[in-house]
Amino acid sequence: MKYLFPLVAVIVLARIAWVGSTIPGMQYVFGVDVPYAALILFIGGFCWRVIYWAKSPVPFKIPTTCGQGQSMPWVKRDKLEAPMNTAEVAGRMFMEIVFFRSLWRNTKAGIQPGPVLTYKSTRWLWLFGILFHYSMLIILLRHLRLFVEPVPFLISALDAFDGLMLNPTPELSLYVTDGLILLGLLALLLRRFLLRPVRYISLANDYFPLFLLIGIVTTGISMRYFLRSGVDIIAIKRLLVGLATFKPEITTEIAPIFYSHLFLVSCLLAYFPFSKLMHMGGVFLSPTRNMANDSRMKRHINPWNPDIKPHSYAGYEDEFREDMVEQGIPVDKELPEKADD
Amino acid sequence: MAVITKDELSKSVAEEPSMMTGSTPPKGWMETPVQFKPGNYAYPTKVDKLEYLDSQQGVSFPNARVWNPEDEDWKLPANWKEIIINGLADRLDRFRSLKIFMDCCVRCGACADKCHFFLGTGDPKNMPVMRAELLRSVYRKEFTLAGKLLGKMAGGREMTAGVLKEWFMYAYQCTECRRCSVFCPYGIDTAEITMMLRELLHMVGCGINWAMEPVSNSNRTGNHMGLTPQAFKGNVDFLCEDVESLTGVKVNPTFNRKGAEVLFITPSADVFAEPGLFTCMGYLLLFEAIGLDYTWSTYASEGGNFGLFTSNEMMKKLNGKMYAEAERLGVKWILGGECGHMWRVIHQYMDTMNGPADFLEVPKSPATGTVFENAASTKMVHISEFTADLIKHGKIKLDKSRNAHVKATFHDSCNPARAMGMLEEPRYILDNVLEDWHEMPADTIREKTFCCGSGTALNTDEIMELRMRSGLPRANAVKHVYDQHAINTLACVCAIDRATLSTLMSYWVPEVEVAGVSELVGNALVIEGENRQELTEGLRTLV
Ligand code: SF4
Ligand code: SF4
Repeated sequence: MKYLFPLVAVIVLARIAWVGSTIPGMQYVFGVDVPYAALILFIGGFCWRVIYWAKSPVPFKIPTTCGQGQSMPWVKRDKLEAPMNTAEVAGRMFMEIVFFRSLWRNTKAGIQPGPVLTYKSTRWLWLFGILFHYSMLIILLRHLRLFVEPVPFLISALDAFDGLMLNPTPELSLYVTDGLILLGLLALLLRRFLLRPVRYISLANDYFPLFLLIGIVTTGISMRYFLRSGVDIIAIKRLLVGLATFKPEITTEIAPIFYSHLFLVSCLLAYFPFSKLMHMGGVFLSPTRNMANDSRMKRHINPWNPDIKPHSYAGYEDEFREDMVEQGIPVDKELPEKADD
Repeated sequence: MAVITKDELSKSVAEEPSMMTGSTPPKGWMETPVQFKPGNYAYPTKVDKLEYLDSQQGVSFPNARVWNPEDEDWKLPANWKEIIINGLADRLDRFRSLKIFMDCCVRCGACADKCHFFLGTGDPKNMPVMRAELLRSVYRKEFTLAGKLLGKMAGGREMTAGVLKEWFMYAYQCTECRRCSVFCPYGIDTAEITMMLRELLHMVGCGINWAMEPVSNSNRTGNHMGLTPQAFKGNVDFLCEDVESLTGVKVNPTFNRKGAEVLFITPSADVFAEPGLFTCMGYLLLFEAIGLDYTWSTYASEGGNFGLFTSNEMMKKLNGKMYAEAERLGVKWILGGECGHMWRVIHQYMDTMNGPADFLEVPKSPATGTVFENAASTKMVHISEFTADLIKHGKIKLDKSRNAHVKATFHDSCNPARAMGMLEEPRYILDNVLEDWHEMPADTIREKTFCCGSGTALNTDEIMELRMRSGLPRANAVKHVYDQHAINTLACVCAIDRATLSTLMSYWVPEVEVAGVSELVGNALVIEGENRQELTEGLRTLV
């Protein structure tokens, strides 16, 4: 159920665009209106969410230190895992964002009779995560060639690199990243099915983005390699350049597969800001990672620091004065003179 | 309550169906209600403690009542749901961490098997991600568009009494050790979430006595044990006598003395119970050896801040005593003893909450002249930093052979490791006081260290089985070094560890005793004019 509904949802979405785009006049809706609406939702939603986060302060400096912090000069400290200043924090964030440092650290625990607990490094999640994210980045950049005219050199170089240079079968001009992203996505999906704990914690909104991305990738791949008839790349480019320059026009009929692809992308864009996919923005804002571990050295300000006083010393002494005097512990206020009787 | 035997528990952990051993509950987690049975929950706060705390300035602990977690009816206030939702809204406004941690989890599961509670119980709701989902599901339903529209389909659920019970159960099966945070790609810190859960529970009067009674004691008497000034001083005096009879060194500590250079604050357990007492003897000897001009305070007589385990405000209130007393006594800076969460509070919260401590000076070791720049603002130095600096500058004389009876391993306490980044100083000290010590496996030390399993006020006897389960990962790693190197001592720099690990070791690895690093320093110290007996067990020797 948790995965069936998202799966069906993605298939339905793809069908809607497929069938819908064949209805006369609807190509404009699916080719222009929907992508614009999705883009507005994406940008607006993204900003809204980041502002929503940023509105709350970070009252305390709570970095998770993963290495030796600043101490005496002769104690070798770990600049990246217990950063002391902005540059080092930037270094730590760079390692997290670019290399998924924390996932690289991952271990897998096991229990054997005894009981004996075991831990071993496991980097599958790291690997699949990297495969997926980097392939997606390259594919996104590659797609830019469809939106701009003339195509910048770097983009066409990337395109050639991905499509030809790296390719063992250049005559087919397969993109390496097309295969890798599918591999990454399927592996991430398989994890959710096969690993018991991960299956247990997975929600429909974990499966949905995976199916959606797989849908996007498969429609994209099919369009390029298998269902080429009716996919007029010139017309597509004209439409996309038009979208990018706010002068959209649809000149020729384009095959429905293209609209399926575009519609799924639009769905992803619209869904993005309202889902866990916002980890893309959130990773920059996580207080355990993006703060310097210098809280004993520099005072951090909490804007709502409440006015709370400790139970006062005077109140304490009032309660215990007699005992304290008896024990010879200094007091601020001497005992009252004993009344003579 | 009879505690399950080690053999039974060993079998149960390794063989009985649990998610650790490879079985999945037949139903989803939202459909699995919690069940309170004797032994699986800590007792609720006593009414008088709660009423006393509620009467204190700046903190709020309302809805004191007699209630029993095993009962169907928790006697919640009529508008409890509203209280909780408003409380959550308020915290979302005040803590960006909460918002980010609510929104960014991708449920990748990297944190799942990092929690000692999960490893020991196999209970899926002890996966850190699940612990957060317990709150997140309500957050989604009440605070996100998708949750409002799609409800369960978007992972949202109603706030019900069942959910509240679940919160109570799992907020108190997390020691806020932050091990999970190390492995999360976004650094999601489940400890932050547990803290919020506990705060929300307090708003409807659902706390545990083992947290609240120490808090109440700390507030009133200055220390969590509730020691009056004379008892506190009496205990230290008693230790001084022991020190003298063992080593011939006469130590004369002072209390509440104005004008001392340094205020020394340590967890009160160090003056109250074994094996902390031996650590305390270590401090006394060390300070005597270098002639430190310091004073104890009976008013600020607790390093450990149980407020951290209850609410932000309470933590601030208890912590405030340290600066208040330092100012009243006119000391130059503060030296802090061995304690885990005490140092989390000092390192990450104290200056923000109760600073600026501009009436103090940047700490400077009178013996070495070292200026502790890393404590330039809080003005508070950790005893391990202080001791390591003394050793580095050759200011104390150490004879390793006096620790010949000790074969140790070292336990990084969660808080110094993951909240301060203090990893090397205690190791440097051990290198200098021990002939021989061995590390536990790499995946279980330093930032990956395993919790003792009973921190954050879970050190209570009514949940002994749970403690032995959650402490298993730590104990197992100790067992590993014990098997390989026949170690007999587990060194640490935390008072809660000294209490909880002692219990844990006597259960899982009875051959191993627990000692504070300062105790081992005290053992090895050579002091001028001493008249030391033949101490086959160091400061523990009975004479
Ligand atoms: S590791 Fe982080 S992102 Fe992954 S499931 Fe755990 S809390 Fe969520
Ligand atoms: S903070 Fe520690 S106890 Fe709590 S969930 Fe994370 S690993 Fe478990």
